[in-house]
Parts: sequence; structure tokens; C-alpha cells
Amino acid sequence: MKLRRKLFFVQENGKANRLGACLNFVLVMGLFVAVFWLSLGAINVHLEFGFLGRFWLRIWDGFWMTIEISAASLILSLLIGILSAAGCGSPLLFVRYFFRIYVKFIRGTPLIMQIYLFFYIVGTAWGVENRFAAGVIILSTFEGAYISEIIRGSLLSLEESQLEAARAVGFTRRQTLRYVILPQLVARTLPALTGQFASIIKDSSLLSMIAVIELTQTIREITAVNFRMFECYLLLGMLYLCLTLPISFVSKWLERRFQYEN
Amino acid sequence: MKIEFQGLTKQYDQEHVVLKPMDFSDDIHTLAIIGPSGGGKSTLLRILGGLLLPTSGQVSVGGEELPTDERALQKYRQGLGFVFQQGGLFRHLSAMENITLPLEQVHGYTKQEAARRAEELLERFGLGADGRKKPSELSGGQQQRVAIARAVAARPRLLLLDEPTSALDPEYTNEVLDVIHELKNEGMDFVIVTHEMGFARHACEKVAFLCEGSLLEYGDSASLFVHPKTRQLERFLSRLLEWNVSE
Ligand SMILES: Nc1ncnc2c1ncn2[C@@H]1O[C@H](COP(=O)(O)OP(=O)(O)OP(=O)(O)O)[C@@H](O)[C@H]1O
Ligand SMILES: [Mg+2]
Repeated sequence: MKLRRKLFFVQENGKANRLGACLNFVLVMGLFVAVFWLSLGAINVHLEFGFLGRFWLRIWDGFWMTIEISAASLILSLLIGILSAAGCGSPLLFVRYFFRIYVKFIRGTPLIMQIYLFFYIVGTAWGVENRFAAGVIILSTFEGAYISEIIRGSLLSLEESQLEAARAVGFTRRQTLRYVILPQLVARTLPALTGQFASIIKDSSLLSMIAVIELTQTIREITAVNFRMFECYLLLGMLYLCLTLPISFVSKWLERRFQYEN
Repeated sequence: MKIEFQGLTKQYDQEHVVLKPMDFSDDIHTLAIIGPSGGGKSTLLRILGGLLLPTSGQVSVGGEELPTDERALQKYRQGLGFVFQQGGLFRHLSAMENITLPLEQVHGYTKQEAARRAEELLERFGLGADGRKKPSELSGGQQQRVAIARAVAARPRLLLLDEPTSALDPEYTNEVLDVIHELKNEGMDFVIVTHEMGFARHACEKVAFLCEGSLLEYGDSASLFVHPKTRQLERFLSRLLEWNVSE
């Protein structure tokens, strides 16, 4: 009875017992693998990864391209997000509406539609030929709207009392910005922004639609010649996890580190 | 510390007059401002502290006229210490940093001087072991003692406290009032808005009764509580006694 509680339930302190954690982790992973394995068996597929060796250089290039696009998009979308968050609160109506409509439109429509729209209409009209640049711009415009909301949310949650305290201790506006507003914003947005970076990496896969040769597009090209869908897409999933899992751990860690907030 | 107002008024909007024309002049060491909720106590204290501009009238503290432009106001505030009801500590900084940051950035202390001063104050207020904790890791009473330490760290000419204990559980109230009382004994001048009548009566020399935006009574704490002159103060005091254990 006692042992069962220990192994299978969350403990009184809200955490898992170490042994229980390992056991249940293995059980869950086993379940996933079993379902997958049975499904493969049902459709008579035998996995064989050996052939991928021939393609490792292309896969590596694609993987690297995904990292480059995501990193470039992270920087650009951060700039767009900061600008937009500031713009959404602007006293100038034109600026305010511009950014608010931008955020609503982007968040309300699917990325794939935006990619087609921007690349084939806007991109063609204005002569954006470089697919890498186009991809980064489109992805950053998309993610920027989400980042804008993250930053705006934390700006709105800055309490009046903190700003008044800053005035009371005699800070100038600049000192208030530097020593109170910025650190609190960073503490509040950093965990969410890190999480957003994982989204950028996953969303960049859609750029394969306009033939940016990133990881997903590379895999698509490989499957187009040898039809080994299962092996290729399994590998694709693993490679994305290699990028996103560490990021989600960092995000969790940052969240814990800055949790004095509440 | 001489405090003077002349024709002081405050309105946040057209209809509501929060402070009605008010004149006052006295040399004050320790003053308690009491009165019913919404009477304008916080408003008056924030004006004194240079955090809020009056709608009209003159204010001067210790002979220094309350300025109106932001730059001068900021200089003015540097000479005062302010303690809020709650949430006045910077929540991203430790207790120690809350005290040292303004000392370094506003008052020109070196790192070592600021750290020494902060340690000395934390020690004195019984927080010697808590310097590295963030506000959220401190009890309400500890937070308020840190806030007071921060407010007095640069040796202000006047300390302003806005209900420093009213967000606290009763068991923490005394530890905070003790600290303020100790500061008084060292000659620190202060103005406190408070609902702790015992403290107003026994620890403050003067008391001002503010009701619906008017300064209805002002005088020595020893006599004001015993002989209220206005019906409003009489009623205010009797309401307080209504639930008193000792009656
Ligand atoms: N920023 C503001 N904008 C508009 N009205 C305000 C503002 N601050 C205060 N008031 C109004 O001014 C009046 C006086 O408020 P004040 O906070 O000074 O009262 P108080 O005596 O401190 O009350 P309490 O004991 O509840 O703290 C109240 O009617 C309040 O609604
Ligand atoms: Mg008040």
C-alpha cells in the first residue's frame, strides 16, 4: 500500500519520488514505443536506417540551415516584438492601430497562408529573391507578433507601486528604466521568450513550402527519391527534439530562477 | 522640521475635491495623520513627499519649497524617505540591494560604503540574516522593516510613512512600530499616516485629523485624543473603540 503510493502518485510535497519518476517515465516511453511498433507491424513496415548514412552531409546542412534561420529569426523577431509592444501602447493613433492590427492579423491567420501570401505576392512584387532572407523576414514577422504580446503582457503587469517606489527613492526616469523596469521585464519575459524560440525552430519547418532547404525540406527531398518516409520522418522528429528539448529545459530553469515574482 | 502649507488643494478630476483649501504651519518632530478612509491622508502625504503635485497652493518642508518641475522634484525627493503601505520594495532585488542601489545611484555612496550602511541597518532592525533574501521570501513585517531601512539609509531630513502596518498581520505590527519608535528616539523626524491609535497617541507628539479633505483638528496627541473638539473626531474615535477588547 505504502509502496504503491510512493511509486505511482505525486508525493505530499507536490513532487515525484525518484524511483517512481524513473519507473513511470520508462512505462510511458514504453507505451509510446509499443503503440508505434504495433502500428508499424500492422502495416508491415520494417524500419531500416542504414541508407541514411549516404545522406548525412545533406541532412547536416539542412539541420544547420534550420539553426541559422531560427537564430536569425529570433533576433529579428525580438526587434519587431519590442518595437510592436512599444507601438501598441503609443499615444499616436496611427502607430497604435498599425501595430495592433498587425498583431491581430498575424495571430489570427495560419503561418502557411502568410508564407504563400508574402512570398508569392509581396516578395515577388518587391523583388525579394533570396529565399533565406525571405524566410527569415516572414518567420520573424510571424513570431514578432507573439513576442509583442509576451512583452506587452509583462509591461502591463508592472505594478504602479514599483514605479512609485522608484520615484520615492529619487531615481531619474533613466535610472527607473535601467534599474527597475528593464530587469523586471527581463525576468518576466525571458522564460516565455525562450519557449518562443522553440516555436520558431518548429515553425521554420513550414518554410520548406517555399523551398528553403532547411531540415524539413532536406528530408522531403530525400524521401522524394527513395520513399522511405518512416525512417526519414522519425529522424526528422528526433533532430527537432534535439533542438527544442534543451531549450524547454532552459526555459523551465529560467522560470524557476525568476519565480520570486509572485 | 517646519512644515507649511498655504491654500493647499488637490483634485484628481473636476468633480471631486480630495483636499479642500488647507493652511498649516508648525515645527514638527513626529506627526500622526489619522482619519477615516478616503479622507485624503495618503494624498496629503504623497504631496508632502513630492510624489504628487497639488492642484493649487504652496507647500514647504524645512524651509524648502515644493518645486513643480520634475528635475527639481527629484532632488527634493532625494532628501526624504518614503515608506508605503506595501509593495514598495523592488521585488527583483534582495533586501540588501534594495538599500544599496539608491545609496549608490542616487546618493553617490561607493559600493563598500553602501554595503556597510545597509548591513548596519539590517543588523539593527533585526534582519542581519536576511540581507540576501528577495522581498517575496520575507514576511510582511520583515519587508516593512527593510522598507524603513531603505528609507532612512541616506539619512533623510524627514521620513514619511503611509500606513506602514495596515497590510500586516497583528503579530507583525508591533515589530514595525518598535522600529519606528526607536528611530524617533534617535531624533528622526517623521510623519506617519496610521490607524494604530495607540501608536499615534503615545509615540507621536502631534496628531492631525483629516476628514473628507479637511484638516479638522490638529494638536498635541496627549490632549487631542482626550478632548476631541469636533463631532467628527469624537465619532471617529468612538467607532474605533467599538470593537476594543479592553472595553
Ligand atoms: N489616483 C487617483 N485618481 C482619482 N482619485 C483618487 C486617486 N487617488 C485617490 N483618489 C481619491 O481621493 C480620495 C482620497 O484618497 P486617499 O487615498 O488620499 O485617502 P486615504 O485617507 O489615504 O484613505 P485610506 O485610509 O483608505 O488609505 C478618495 O476618495 C480616492 O477615491
Ligand atoms: Mg491611504
